Amino acid sequence: MKAAPFDYLEAGSANEAVHLMAEAGSDGVILAGGQTLMPLLALRMAMPSVLIDINSATDMAGVTANENGFRIGARTRQAEALIDPLVGRHLPMLPKALAHVGHYQTRAQGTVGGSIALGEPAAELPASAVAMGALVELRSRRGTRMVPAREFYIGPYMTVRADDEVLIAVHYPHWHDGTQLIFHEVARRAGDFALVGLVMLLDVRAGRVERAGVAWFGMGPTPIAAVSVERALTGCSLDTLDPRELAQIALTEVEPADDLHASAHYRRTVAARIFARRLGMLAGEMVA
Amino acid sequence: MSLHFIEFELNGRTVEGTCEARRTLLDYLRSDAGCTGPHAGCEHGVCGACTVIVDGKAVRSCLMLAVQANGKAVETVEGLTDNEQNLHPIQKMFREEFALQCGFCTPGFLMTLVALDRTEPRPNAAEMRAALSGHLCRCTGYQGILRVVDRLAEETR
Repeated sequence: MKAAPFDYLEAGSANEAVHLMAEAGSDGVILAGGQTLMPLLALRMAMPSVLIDINSATDMAGVTANENGFRIGARTRQAEALIDPLVGRHLPMLPKALAHVGHYQTRAQGTVGGSIALGEPAAELPASAVAMGALVELRSRRGTRMVPAREFYIGPYMTVRADDEVLIAVHYPHWHDGTQLIFHEVARRAGDFALVGLVMLLDVRAGRVERAGVAWFGMGPTPIAAVSVERALTGCSLDTLDPRELAQIALTEVEPADDLHASAHYRRTVAARIFARRLGMLAGEMVA
Repeated sequence: MSLHFIEFELNGRTVEGTCEARRTLLDYLRSDAGCTGPHAGCEHGVCGACTVIVDGKAVRSCLMLAVQANGKAVETVEGLTDNEQNLHPIQKMFREEFALQCGFCTPGFLMTLVALDRTEPRPNAAEMRAALSGHLCRCTGYQGILRVVDRLAEETR
């Protein structure tokens, strides 16, 4: 349980991190909150030669509003985002997701960008970013690019981020203030990764779904955008929609696997049930 | 492998020394600074036995590098009292409620509860319980520990 040797460098700003990553080549790893990287180092599942610590890069922390929505700096602590007034007021889905991320003690250090960059398929923040239609801001010496979260994840812990790119921030679009939110996670214990998780945003006006964002976690090799059910939901009236039928459509894109914790069959069954139940409850409440 | 000079505050006194980049704060506290209160349980962030307070926040010392403690204020269970006859109020409650048996996990539980106790506004019982999900205890069955939580929550009201 001791990490292999590495060099440690401190980046005082985002640009310094970008510079150090370019110098380090493919052997450099960003150290943010360390709540996943440190176990990987201890278990020697990761053996980078250079760690670039961004904890003192204060320009990478904080939440700001812009014309398209809200930008959360990658180094913003999960515990900070959880109680941030801008997040609470304008991105209310995030606190729901953040409350399930790790534990009190790990959220104190763990960062929003760290979780997004890692791409654990059963984690809350990547799936929330996919459901909300967030953009990931990647910077390298070659420039800055914005990648939709829906195109960012390509496999378990695999993203389109190049070796020399640093995840600088996550940009969340604004959803209408009255948007209905469903966040449902099934896990063995508090703080565990999900066996099945659902993130759903429904912008409902006058009883009709104007816009839907739906993603699954723990249901495939990446967070899964449930685009078929988003299309099916859009334009639906809450008083006539069929939650069970929509739940089947919501499983179109999932590819759950059998593992130690649950079978694929269990995951599909539970996913369909929580989708139908939560959507049915929401529709019932709003129609009544 | 880089070597680093570090200086930080440990339970009110200044500690300085040199460490390898890969040295965790937990190992530094136990082996270099002589504070064996934080316990090395799982050493990968699951069990909570190594929990310490860094700049006011309860964190896992096995998931932090010693070099990252440079310039910070670290508190361990040793900092709660300097005298066995004069335990910290939460330590007293642990004794009174039989909230420990072998005691291996206790320093971690204590540091989380002390951090919560200082939080404004004070968390309620449910929030404190949720925070304790980050700690494992193999002896007590948790009931004694949860009685301490109830007493702390009662005090607040």
